[in-house]
Amino acid sequence: MKGFIRSLQVALWFMFLTFPIMVIKVDIVEKTVQWRWMNLVYVGIGSFVLSFVWRFLMEKKNKGIKAREESRDEKLSFIQKILTEPRYNRPLFLGLLLFVLVFPWMFSTYQTNIMISALLYVVLGLGLNIVVGLAGLLDLGYVAFYAVGAYAYALLNYHFHLGFWTVLPIGGLLAAIFGILLGIPVLRLRGDYLAIVTLGFGEIIRLVLENWDEFSFGPSGISNIPRPGFFGLHLTVEQATIYIYYLVVIMSLITIFVVNRLQNSRLGRAWLALREDEIACEAMGIDRMKTKLAAFALGATWAGFAGVIFAAKTTFINPASFTFMESAIILSIVVLGGMGSIPGVILAAFLMILLPEYLRAFSQYRMLLFGASMVLVMVFRPQGLIPNVRRKYLYGQKQGVR
Amino acid sequence: MLPILEVKDLCMDFGGLRALDHINLEVFSDQIVALIGPNGAGKTTFFNCVTGIYEPTHGDILVLSRDDGQRKRINGLKPNKITELGLARTFQNIRLFPNMTVLENVMIGRHTRTRSWIFGALFRDKKTVQEEQETVEVSYNILKKLQLEKYVNEIASNLPYGAQRRLEIARALAAEPSLLLLDEPAAGMNPKETKQLEELILQIKEQERVSILLIEHDMKLVMNISEMVYVVEYGRLLAKGSPREIKEDERVIKAYLGEDHDA
Amino acid sequence: MDYFWDLFFSGLTRGSIYALIALGYTMVYGIIELINFAHGEIYMLGAFTGLIVAGICSVLGLSLISTLVLAIVIAMIYASAYGVTVERIAYRPLRNAPRLSPLISAIGMSIFLQNYVLLAQTSKFVPFPNLIPDFAFMQPFEDFIGPSELVIIVVTAVAMTVLTLFIKYTKIGKAMRATAQNRKMALLCGVNVDHVISMTFIIGSALAALGGVLIGSYMGQINFFIGFIAGIKAFTAAVLGGIGSIPGAVLGGLILGWTESFATGYVSSDYQDVFAFCLLVLILIFRPAGILGRTNTKKV
Repeated sequence: MKGFIRSLQVALWFMFLTFPIMVIKVDIVEKTVQWRWMNLVYVGIGSFVLSFVWRFLMEKKNKGIKAREESRDEKLSFIQKILTEPRYNRPLFLGLLLFVLVFPWMFSTYQTNIMISALLYVVLGLGLNIVVGLAGLLDLGYVAFYAVGAYAYALLNYHFHLGFWTVLPIGGLLAAIFGILLGIPVLRLRGDYLAIVTLGFGEIIRLVLENWDEFSFGPSGISNIPRPGFFGLHLTVEQATIYIYYLVVIMSLITIFVVNRLQNSRLGRAWLALREDEIACEAMGIDRMKTKLAAFALGATWAGFAGVIFAAKTTFINPASFTFMESAIILSIVVLGGMGSIPGVILAAFLMILLPEYLRAFSQYRMLLFGASMVLVMVFRPQGLIPNVRRKYLYGQKQGVR
Repeated sequence: MLPILEVKDLCMDFGGLRALDHINLEVFSDQIVALIGPNGAGKTTFFNCVTGIYEPTHGDILVLSRDDGQRKRINGLKPNKITELGLARTFQNIRLFPNMTVLENVMIGRHTRTRSWIFGALFRDKKTVQEEQETVEVSYNILKKLQLEKYVNEIASNLPYGAQRRLEIARALAAEPSLLLLDEPAAGMNPKETKQLEELILQIKEQERVSILLIEHDMKLVMNISEMVYVVEYGRLLAKGSPREIKEDERVIKAYLGEDHDA
Repeated sequence: MDYFWDLFFSGLTRGSIYALIALGYTMVYGIIELINFAHGEIYMLGAFTGLIVAGICSVLGLSLISTLVLAIVIAMIYASAYGVTVERIAYRPLRNAPRLSPLISAIGMSIFLQNYVLLAQTSKFVPFPNLIPDFAFMQPFEDFIGPSELVIIVVTAVAMTVLTLFIKYTKIGKAMRATAQNRKMALLCGVNVDHVISMTFIIGSALAALGGVLIGSYMGQINFFIGFIAGIKAFTAAVLGGIGSIPGAVLGGLILGWTESFATGYVSSDYQDVFAFCLLVLILIFRPAGILGRTNTKKV
């Protein structure tokens, strides 16, 4: 009963709060006012129900904290168990890989294209995961490096007719150099200031691309970017799509491999430690700047690669593809998946890109739900969908590190 | 013989406030030196100057490098460079990496003793694999020495308080320092735990051949283990000497018990 | 010279708006050390609420002055309500979480609110009526300062003065200053920290809404996205002046307004937003404490 009254209060509050924006729509020129009373009803019912859910989750969370304080060992969730246990994860991974490999032969070019973007976000998400998830540096301008890669391919191709395969490493390298150049001045800033500065840099790069017509062809962008060549053969659009698809699959696999290795290395440990306590880190002999720069540059490299592939896939780029919203989407993938968790980021990338594509009715609410999920994940499940599992080391035996 | 750490005329100002005023101090190898004084006397500031968190306003801090035996002036060096020279510290208010495992905490301590970087991480060449293996082994052995082996894969923040203090020491030891700086290692411990700590410090000194500089309030601990005691008050060096000399020093008694002690 | 004064006053107007929004950033940061990323959205919501009220008033045929007052008052009330609600949902549960968690939550909130307005209202720019009447006494000066500009400058100055007095002399103002200095201690001294934080959000949001309605009337159009750029610029202003400092926010806002105005007037108008971002980046890199802020030494 108490909960009922509480929810009623919440519903009333939200009906009041959203009244002008949800119900009234005015037109100043025509001098008309449109009243949409039904929306008020929806808000009322929606917030009434959601407030129950909210309280339920809140209680569960508080209980969870208490439970963790009482029992010291952390229980692995069902998903984590499947992912860490070789008996289960091997067939699972194999099945997934097989599915991914035959995908373009089973589905249309359209579907394959969607899959390509999802995989590109996997690469981007994992790249940003190095910076945000492992090293704990909140980079809100990640899309700038993506733009560097994309424009590197478009411009080098336009001016010098360089091919995709030549530009791919150049794009990654350029992005890394940008990462270092940007990193040197900003990485000594505190976490939240770093976030804002990177946001500022991202916007500066976009605005420059938009306004410097002689260099970047302004807002109209660059079109007719060639798709990647395949030993000089001419490919039809369908064939090229399948080709790019496999390319992105390989790219994703390489990314997974690299991030996994980085995470379990001396450098990876230094990143994790840096995320937890910078002063203790320095006292342990870790060069703060060098370690952060490594994270920044490596993260940027992956965005650069993804950018080159993106330009080759769409054959057209303009600054509108590199707004802050793009950075925010990539960030929400990392946050939702679980910072530092590779399977989490992959799952989140697929969820966030595929769901809106396949549930069309839902696609206009996409950004709304992105935003809401970022808040909810932070409040109720800060470790993400699939939390990162701390590695256990074997010791005292000859086999050493597993 | 040259001291491992020599501090000459060290001054540290914060704005108009002089927190340290011409401090001189020496630590020789195989020595346990204690720095005592009332709260706010400047002890932790002194540590922060020596370990590079603050840059002193005036004076010299000279350290005998662990690797090449050269003397280096470390004023203004970054903390990580100073750790590389062979100084490792613990913190008054425990600063572990709370969400990493106990073993990983110690492995971080090995950072200055290992080299692998991006290339090694990606390609896992033979050298890197060996280095990783060694890191795990050495770290585990240190944990064993400090009786922490049962916690190896535990998350650091889940450890009981005393174990967390020991883990900080373990992490510092992993750097194989020539001088270990302990900032109030017995803070918050009961007499029994303090006694154990005392034995532990002596044992570390023997086994690891490391000199120790410690800040401590527990007089019994200080008097039992240190060979040399420095007393600071209001940022100034009040007295220095063996524990016995310090115990009998008029000025020290006054500083600790107040002017009107005899009256 | 007229051109100069024209730019001067348009910079002052712009700067006043930045200052109004920047205050919200600076106060919230001062108290809970959070960059309230959704603050720009509160400003945008204020502008939209103002538009809706103005629309209804014009249908009802109310006079310009009463429309202006109603629009501002209702927008401020609603913005405060939004501000408090955002704090309850997205920040309060995270008060003891790692530093970056509330920031990410704030970014999520900002995206949510933008799309909420986009879906509930429109994605297009909508015209905003001019709510500020022409004053007869302005005639001789109208070459370089219009009535809207004058009203914005005056209203901002009044709002700042009231706020300063409020913080200095009222009980809740003192509680706010105490909480900003040391939240734990304030709590121990019997300050209801939750109330203080809510109050901060109310004041900050109300000022942002004031800015939103005024700028809507001044620019003649608004859309769901105006909060993003304005938010970043106002944050720049807050950092420029020294985050946490109220006079700093005003100073930062004015400096930013003039920089933009003169730079677009004398250099190039293409890069208007770039100037602000560059200023932001430079300030954060070279003097993160801002002009009036204090650098604090790290504690170990």
